[in-house]
Amino acid sequence: MTLVKEAPARPAEKRSAAPAAGRRGRRRENLAGYLFMSPWIAGFLLLTAGPMIASLYYAFTSYNLFTPPRWVGLDNFTTMFQDPRWQKSVQVTLKYVVVATPLKLLLALGVALLLAQKRRGQALYRAAFYMPSLIGASVSVGFVWRALFSDDAVVDRTQKIFGLDVGGWIGNPDYVLYSLVALSIWQFGAPMVIFLAGLKQVPQELYEAAEMDGAGPFRRFWNITLPMISPVLFFNVLLESIHAFQVFGSAYVVSDTRCGPADATLVYTCYLYQKGFKEAQMGFASAMAWTLVVAVALVTAVLFWSQKKWVHYEEAAK
Amino acid sequence: MTTATSPAVRPTGERRRIGSLVWHVGAILVLAVVLYPVIWVLGASFKPSKDIIASLDLLPGEPVWANFSGLADGISGISITSFFSNSLMYAGLAVVGVVLSSSLTAYAFAKIRFAGRNLLFTLMIGTLLLPYHVLLIPQYVLFRNLGYIDTLVPLVAGKFLATEAFFVFLMVQFMRGLPRELDEAAKLDGCGHLRTYWSIVLPLSRPAIITSAIFTFINAWNDFMGPLIYLNTPSKYTVSLGLMMFRDQEGISNYGSMIAMSLVALVPVIAFFMAFQRYLIDGMATSGLKG
Repeated sequence: MTLVKEAPARPAEKRSAAPAAGRRGRRRENLAGYLFMSPWIAGFLLLTAGPMIASLYYAFTSYNLFTPPRWVGLDNFTTMFQDPRWQKSVQVTLKYVVVATPLKLLLALGVALLLAQKRRGQALYRAAFYMPSLIGASVSVGFVWRALFSDDAVVDRTQKIFGLDVGGWIGNPDYVLYSLVALSIWQFGAPMVIFLAGLKQVPQELYEAAEMDGAGPFRRFWNITLPMISPVLFFNVLLESIHAFQVFGSAYVVSDTRCGPADATLVYTCYLYQKGFKEAQMGFASAMAWTLVVAVALVTAVLFWSQKKWVHYEEAAK
Repeated sequence: MTTATSPAVRPTGERRRIGSLVWHVGAILVLAVVLYPVIWVLGASFKPSKDIIASLDLLPGEPVWANFSGLADGISGISITSFFSNSLMYAGLAVVGVVLSSSLTAYAFAKIRFAGRNLLFTLMIGTLLLPYHVLLIPQYVLFRNLGYIDTLVPLVAGKFLATEAFFVFLMVQFMRGLPRELDEAAKLDGCGHLRTYWSIVLPLSRPAIITSAIFTFINAWNDFMGPLIYLNTPSKYTVSLGLMMFRDQEGISNYGSMIAMSLVALVPVIAFFMAFQRYLIDGMATSGLKG
């Protein structure tokens, strides 16, 4: 999960541990370790592990918060798979992930290549491009988006100049999802910064050697840059797609609180929210949550499997 | 891609100048698109309500203050300062919680050799990949049974219990990089772990702590789903929910105030970002932390 290489265990670590007053010292270290991390242990048991078990149980029950959960076996899952709105939410989410993630990463990579060159004002650009990644999650920006993409507003009028009249995107079920995609792409700064860090690691000698051999800019990008940053690319693809699967706020705020005209922005988590917190169907919502976990795990597994084919690691090459 | 090294036969001086020009044009184009929404909201907040959607102009013809003075009336009888102080309280508690609990946990992972450390570390990293939504419902049930609905407790409890694994991880990475000689020297001088943590490791970890604190503040300030689920009473609403109240009234007459408040709500985030962008961007680059 990290770009920072783990610090190798230093020999000093072993040396200092060995003579440390034997069993009593070790027991003291254990005690200190567990005391220091007791907040995390409590949090893990109470807010992560416990709830995971609970939600797994709820997924097989009918539970409305007011009467105790009643075991219903696989009913939630069979109802869910046949539910047209659930199917719609899966479609909407997949469309969002498949469209938004590559576009965002492409832009992030393009701008990172631009910023990797030494130019004046580089740090300022880098900061400005990164900012949307921090403010993009705010409800305020959701409102701005609503205003920019609504009927007769800026985007609509700009389109008309080019003779494309689709009305505002917000009220149009065919387009509204793309306003969310645009919001996601706008936040390209976070993956861009990671790409930049990766680009800095590419040894300059490689480019010099390639240039001597007469390789053009495209060849150099394809044969040097891309393989060298493939671990970073992999990391970004993984992070951004997992993130895209869980989009919620923008769908809720930008379109409307029912998630879109004609369910057009009914992303998965929005339907989960509606089922759980509006309709108090906690069992169904838990079943949905676990299906999401399985989907995310599958995507992660496929990506990890695929990296053998395209991710280039230094160590493996030697 | 690399405009600077186009395969030209021109003299290098001129080539470099053209390359530089192309570079700046490209960068400024991206900059314009990126900053457009921010400048738009700045301009719109000074426009009369009816012009906000309808006018194409980025800046108002004649700036009006009505949108901001309209904020003073509050919404549905709740003053705007109430939303802001609630958000401030939430974000402040979140920062204290995350910094305290995550740094203690990170110290244990990075500096104490105890049995089971590797297993627990793997577990902690594992929680990074877990979709938050699977915990949402049982956590809600838990806090409901404990009687904490409509309070800040469900929103900040996790922060005090180091459940934000990203920050623990960030601090572990940083603390591992600190020279071991320092805490060994402290040990020889008779410092216990608590003392070493407090007087040596914590002050040296300042960059990681500041990064975590600022990210926590911004995340809490932006948080929408948490308050949406846990807070019911409008007087306890955070800024995000206050903004939603504006919107749900949907009075076009109020559109100006809504945009003005959106702008005001962005101010702390942008201010923090400007002050600490170096930490934030470097923190992001080293750990893939999400904004």
